[in-house]
Amino acid sequence: MRFILGFIGAVFAGILLISLFSNLATYFTNPPAPLAADEFHKEPKALHLSSDGVFGKFDKRQLQRGFQVYSEVCSACHSLSLVAFRDLAKLGYNEAEIKKIASDWKTQVPSINPDTGEASTRKALPSDVFPSPFANEVAARAANNNALPPDLSLITKAREGGAAYVYSLLTGYANQAGYKNEKGEELLKKFPDAKTPPNLHYNPYFANLNLAMPPPLTSDGQVSYGDGTKPTVDQMARDVAAFLVWTGEPTLESRHAAGLAVAIFLLIATILAYFAYQQVWHEAKRVVRPTGALDPKNQAKIRRAKGKAGVAG
Amino acid sequence: MSFSWARPYEPKHPAMRWIDERLPLPRLVYGAIGGGYPVPRNLNYWWNFGVLAGIFLTIQIVTGIVLAMHFTASTDGAFNSVNQMLMRDVNAGWLLRYAHMNGASFFFLVTYIHIFRGLYYGSYKAPRELVWMLGLVIYLLMMATGFMGYVLPWGQMSYWGAQVITGFFSAFPLVGEPIRIWLLGGYAPDQAALTRFFSLHYLLPFVIAAVVILHIWALHIPGSSNPTGVDVKDEKDTLPFHPFYTAKDGWFAGAVLLFYALVTYFAPDYLGHPDNYIPANPLATPAHIVPEWYFWPFYAILRSFTVDFILPAKLWGVLAMFFSILLLFFLSWIDKSPVRSGSYRPVFKRFFWLLVIDVIILGYIGGAPINAWRVAVGQIAAAYYFLHFLVILPLVSAFETPLPLPKSITESVLHGEAAEAAPAGQKRPRRGSVATAG
Repeated sequence: MRFILGFIGAVFAGILLISLFSNLATYFTNPPAPLAADEFHKEPKALHLSSDGVFGKFDKRQLQRGFQVYSEVCSACHSLSLVAFRDLAKLGYNEAEIKKIASDWKTQVPSINPDTGEASTRKALPSDVFPSPFANEVAARAANNNALPPDLSLITKAREGGAAYVYSLLTGYANQAGYKNEKGEELLKKFPDAKTPPNLHYNPYFANLNLAMPPPLTSDGQVSYGDGTKPTVDQMARDVAAFLVWTGEPTLESRHAAGLAVAIFLLIATILAYFAYQQVWHEAKRVVRPTGALDPKNQAKIRRAKGKAGVAG
Repeated sequence: MSFSWARPYEPKHPAMRWIDERLPLPRLVYGAIGGGYPVPRNLNYWWNFGVLAGIFLTIQIVTGIVLAMHFTASTDGAFNSVNQMLMRDVNAGWLLRYAHMNGASFFFLVTYIHIFRGLYYGSYKAPRELVWMLGLVIYLLMMATGFMGYVLPWGQMSYWGAQVITGFFSAFPLVGEPIRIWLLGGYAPDQAALTRFFSLHYLLPFVIAAVVILHIWALHIPGSSNPTGVDVKDEKDTLPFHPFYTAKDGWFAGAVLLFYALVTYFAPDYLGHPDNYIPANPLATPAHIVPEWYFWPFYAILRSFTVDFILPAKLWGVLAMFFSILLLFFLSWIDKSPVRSGSYRPVFKRFFWLLVIDVIILGYIGGAPINAWRVAVGQIAAAYYFLHFLVILPLVSAFETPLPLPKSITESVLHGEAAEAAPAGQKRPRRGSVATAG
């Protein structure tokens, strides 16, 4: 049996070695061409939000500003289909305000005419989710050069880098002509074929560098904030990123609070259980060594043994 | 239980006697985890992980049953039932979901440590071969359950993971493709696959629980192994499971649960993949499809076969991947060294740690995006995996000279302090060397 198994093992290892040689041979005879997307893609910029960290809590004023950016800018193309108007209560809006936001929403909710049964629309209610700006995927693609604007409810959880990625993408559009990376290499000189195709927009934070979405935040003051915050492009991008953290994880605050309580409880329980363990084992360990490590006799023995072995201390 | 000094159950309370005479359940529990189960006194903390695996299985079953109450097993509804209703509207639904997601990861983590403990201390050797094999059956069931659970939220990785993993079967000539279609109930993952995966994902944990009972039953015949690998000789070598090991398992379980809570509450998505927050889309393939982290070493082995040599590369990969687990069933016959514990096997010990590093490297390679260098490292690591178990281990067990074993467990604990080993309270004869001290 051991010979059969040894033979099988040798066969697998042999095939792997053949694979290894052919893999390396291919690599050296036909090395993979460098890709513009590998060398010019940028990791997201650092973004610190009040919801970060173990004690993180949402900054409600920032979320309201972010919601304002979503409703005035993003919602023209992006749906928010997992979030309902009633959820806005957690941002600090009261019932009347939410009712007004819902009924004033620019897209209406698909419905049927109660008299004729024909397809129609009605004003949104607080219990509705945010209506999608397009009737369906075909309509969305038709309006956006065949690109589909993704739903934003979970966008900060569905992208590597989360909120920092959203913030970097919104503020990261660049002019491709003369664009250089950190090493000072010029994109179009190194990869002349990487020129952004028409209807796409160069953005080094996007995985393949060319994004279908035109820059949504173009000028300071595009949105006028009610709370006196200066609506720079950077500020609007931060605010909407914070808002999208909330849409992705509206229960974040209760998660943090519960986590802290659970951790403290488990810590105390573990410490008590450890003392119980020491107490239980005290008896058993005494059979091995009648007195503890702090007993002068044992101390002397340890010193003698250390002296013999030439160990200091 | 084969130890003659295992104490028979004596009910203390009349009510317990009344029950025990009619249904000897108290006797069963006492014999399994009470004073009726003597355990070697020298177990170290690596022996805590079996109990931990049981704790995480329980957590998974309890959270899973409640999650199933809120789950919609349909391709249209699954994603939203998890990401909208459960995460937003169900009271503490987010907690159930995150506890279940990360509970699976921790279940695998403690199980891997448990398996490697068995590998190091020779727990697969006589008379515990069946304990080991039943453990491997549990592990295979866990892998099937974990895979099917990951499909249920019907995100991008769910869908494409199901596509890739069921695609393994199509590597086999002739029968492969029909088997794949039969398993999925269609040509691609769809409603039929989702519904049956949900059904099996609910069933298999209870099958696991049943095999766990067999695993523990088989363990309790020879009793637990121990770090010296020396057989228990008399009562002095053992302690009753309760209260000694319940106390030790208790505090350690608290510490591990604390770690689990920190991940669950403060980094719940750390072990997951962002793409699974995108609804499944059969028309858009993710840039790189990776399974959950606990499958990465096997995924690396699968991807390491890149040459069509006699058989297609994919078939080699699938065969090697299945065999990389199946070979563990033969371990008792591969490693014939009479010494169980790696602590007394100097050559074995070095190769053991090499294997640990090798599996970690395979794990990294399996999870990372592919490039030529990573594939090369993965190929070397995969070759070592097979050579380790099938070539090196038999040779080591044949040629190695083990270190001298202690005469008994008690002696190994005493480190030559036998004179002090009198039971508590008993007077020891004073000896000069001790009297001069202090």
